[in-house]
Amino acid sequence: MNTPDTGASAEALNAFLAEQEQKTMLRFLTCGSVDDGKSTLIGRLLYDTKLIYEDQLAALENESKKWGTVGEDIDLALLVDGLEAEREQGITIDVAYRFFSTSRRKFIVADTPGHEQYTRNMATGASTADLAVVLVDARKGVLTQTRRHTFIASLLGIRHIIVAINKIDLVGYDMAVFNKISDEFLELSAEMGFESITPIPLSARYGDNVTAPSPNMDWYNGPTLLGHLETVEFEADSAEAPFRFPVQYVVRPDLNFRGFAGTVASGTVSVGDQVVVAKSGKQSRVKRISTMDGDLSSTSQGNAITLVLEDEIEVSRGNMLVNAEDRPEVADQFAANLVWFSEDAMLPGRQFILRTETDQTSVSVTDLRYQIDVNNFAHEAAKSLELNEVGYCHFSTQSPLAFDPYAANRATGAFILIDRLTNATVGAGMIVHALRRASNVHRQALDVDKATRSAQKGQKPVVLWFTGLSGSGKSTIANLLEKKLLTSGHHSTILDGDNVRHGLNRDLGFTDEDRVENIRRVGEVSKLMVEAGLIALVSFISPFRAERQLVRDMLEDGEFLEIFVDTPFEDCVKRDPKGLYAKALRGEIKNFTGVDSPYEPPKNPDIHLHTSGKEPEEILEALETALRSRGVLS
Amino acid sequence: MSQNLSHLKHLEAEAIHIFREVAASFEKPVMLYSIGKDSSVLLHLAMKAFYPAKPPFPFLHVDTTWKFQEMVKFRDETAKRLGIDLIVHINQEGVDQGINPFDHGSNTHTHIMKTTSLRQALDKYGFDAAFGGARRDEEKSRAKERIFSFRDAQHGWDPKNQRPEMWKIFNTRVSKGESIRVFPISNWTELDIWQYILLEEIPIVPLYFAKKRPVVERDGMLIMKDDERMVLKPGEATTDQMVRFRTLGCYPLTGAIESDANTLEAIVSEMLIARTSERQGRLIDRDEAGSMEKKKREGYF
Ligand SMILES: Nc1nc2c(ncn2[C@@H]2O[C@H](COP(=O)(O)OP(=O)(O)O)[C@@H](O)[C@H]2O)c(=O)[nH]1
Repeated sequence: MNTPDTGASAEALNAFLAEQEQKTMLRFLTCGSVDDGKSTLIGRLLYDTKLIYEDQLAALENESKKWGTVGEDIDLALLVDGLEAEREQGITIDVAYRFFSTSRRKFIVADTPGHEQYTRNMATGASTADLAVVLVDARKGVLTQTRRHTFIASLLGIRHIIVAINKIDLVGYDMAVFNKISDEFLELSAEMGFESITPIPLSARYGDNVTAPSPNMDWYNGPTLLGHLETVEFEADSAEAPFRFPVQYVVRPDLNFRGFAGTVASGTVSVGDQVVVAKSGKQSRVKRISTMDGDLSSTSQGNAITLVLEDEIEVSRGNMLVNAEDRPEVADQFAANLVWFSEDAMLPGRQFILRTETDQTSVSVTDLRYQIDVNNFAHEAAKSLELNEVGYCHFSTQSPLAFDPYAANRATGAFILIDRLTNATVGAGMIVHALRRASNVHRQALDVDKATRSAQKGQKPVVLWFTGLSGSGKSTIANLLEKKLLTSGHHSTILDGDNVRHGLNRDLGFTDEDRVENIRRVGEVSKLMVEAGLIALVSFISPFRAERQLVRDMLEDGEFLEIFVDTPFEDCVKRDPKGLYAKALRGEIKNFTGVDSPYEPPKNPDIHLHTSGKEPEEILEALETALRSRGVLS
Repeated sequence: MSQNLSHLKHLEAEAIHIFREVAASFEKPVMLYSIGKDSSVLLHLAMKAFYPAKPPFPFLHVDTTWKFQEMVKFRDETAKRLGIDLIVHINQEGVDQGINPFDHGSNTHTHIMKTTSLRQALDKYGFDAAFGGARRDEEKSRAKERIFSFRDAQHGWDPKNQRPEMWKIFNTRVSKGESIRVFPISNWTELDIWQYILLEEIPIVPLYFAKKRPVVERDGMLIMKDDERMVLKPGEATTDQMVRFRTLGCYPLTGAIESDANTLEAIVSEMLIARTSERQGRLIDRDEAGSMEKKKREGYF
């Protein structure tokens, strides 16, 4: 085992550490079609930058015998192919991150697959990359996939491209082949707004022009792949970009300190600078830039810090502190490019949860303007977006969002869409522009609003959401309560599952989409009732947690009270006021809650009513007490 | 002010960002603290993320009862020094059954005293997010793991069902029973860790520094006889050798390396010329290449 020679190597070490502190980081992704040589290329970079340890190399030799595709040689691709299932199929099917480092830079490589159905993975890798290496097999030239990968790279805002024209050994290191492919690529990417495009002829397998200039191509004077990766200038646009600071977390250890923690998304900020809260327009000045290593006088993009302001103004997670002179858009309607990730098609009208770096709200796609064919970039009319398709859409959010166009700011112009029921990430969006400024339609702009309406009625408007099995007693209790409300001078209304099904929602059936739509409409109507200052009593079986959550999310804090009418299944079956359980148990009704379709009881209901062995009046009393403690009843 | 952050500043900011996201989005996060160097870095980053407040979550050590004595001492001192809330969990059933790495082998021992024990602790306290110090460079199957790694109600990891992770926007939504494991230092390499420890003067367990220690050569590894529970086989003998550890776990499963490096500077210089990866010292990775992936599907961290 080696031991450091204290004298000379201490110096070398200091030099090394000083170098490390100067070292920057470049994130890039590799994309290409299957078998273009991506894995081999990354393996080659790791190998040539000596990032492979002896034990890994030994393991590799074993694996090459078992899995390799290159005969007796060590198959470098096996260094980066990770999961068992993939290995058996011989393809890379996910995004993998690899690391290597030279004296100038640390590199994070996103290895993304070339299979057609994996656009999603490529978009994922591209979202954090500063540069893309697009592989082209010299024998095959520019393919449909090449166009697709290049387009996705540009869509995701990558500004620098390396065209790695690989397997040049197999075409006799021919300059003409290289030139033809380069020209073709420059043509196809001309409109995509890349800042730099660098074609490099190379052989991943034999190492030509990967880290060292190739002895086989005298005609090529350009950089090697690694040489270019080490020196390419990237970022740089952020200094001039206006200050953006999405607030992640409010740090408040005691009454003397209230700081806003986050990562600077763009620009710089100094103590004394005037800043504005994006959504409210409230102004203040930066008092301190706090870190555990001491206060800073100024800081810039990429730093995770905590800002303390001069004034006690309202700022919470999801809002942004921004340059007072150059503010982001604040709007509840905007246009964006959307990449769709889910097996279930995106249909306009559906509701999702939209999430930016720190903000979250409900959103619906109001319009799918067109779909973009990622192969030829043509715009086509479309009714839905399938998995891996890209579309240009209009969005409408529940509450206004502060953002910049993605082209101007990748951090503040991006969002993801989350399915409300499955919590899956179903899409990724890049905002193009605002459609209507929220300030023009600002809710506060109305003279008569919820607050004035409820003040007039002298009550706190609220949705009382009764959930429970069929026959649990929801409607009975709701009716009793409403009588009480009336006699005590409250203003209320009742929405009942069956009645709504006969009127407002009579066009809806019982498919998954219809069920969600049913709840959404009832939610919207309840919300209007709350806007009108009313107490809305809604009795709906609403068996699924996600659906109830959906309505809760539509309303403001405290406006939605989930009341769980908790009656054991056996009791409901015994009561069976409408004879429905009997039918369901005989199999005459399908998907009947509690019988062959689940009921998900609330985890933490606002009010929990146990009904077993109790008279309706007793239950009502318990409910009234609970409502009184919440200020709904006086 | 320089435009591009140094790579360590970059990695630091990324990790702090992740800590804050989780603290803001989850009801009951916890940080898994395993006492090793990666945990030391993770803890340091957590302290930075919420400064001047303390991290708004507890720290959990899953104690297999076979950790080096120096680790346990360091753990308790660290918790005291930083004033953090430390929970120590031991799988009592495993202890009662006398599970140990010598008689039951590394797989069974690890499964019961670590994997199962961790699940027990997570279920017991109802944590919905757990920070871990895994790095993508450690092992091949980790290279594909997300920073926010989604686990089903059985704590299992399904490599086919991971959420795409775009930009710095994390989908933190989980349903009941499901949880998320979060790896803020995913993008760090072993060298980054050491450089950061050096730069930030982060305290680490003294076992990382070379010292004369009583070791036995067994199965091609140098095992330190940390207490009387290790019984020597015929022909075995302990000798005092200058050794240190690159990675720390249960003492009977952790190989030492011969080294004179007794300062951080010396360790980093040694690293720069090292020819074997740190996981070589872990018995657990020695079986088939796919083994770590299997363990992970079962809920090993
Ligand atoms: N002759 C030659 N073969 C190559 C080169 N690069 C990759 N290959 C071979 O092409 C095949 C596919 O490579 P691989 O890296 O697995 O492709 P991936 O699917 O893009 O990751 C393997 O058999 C490699 O050995 C090259 O530059 N020259």
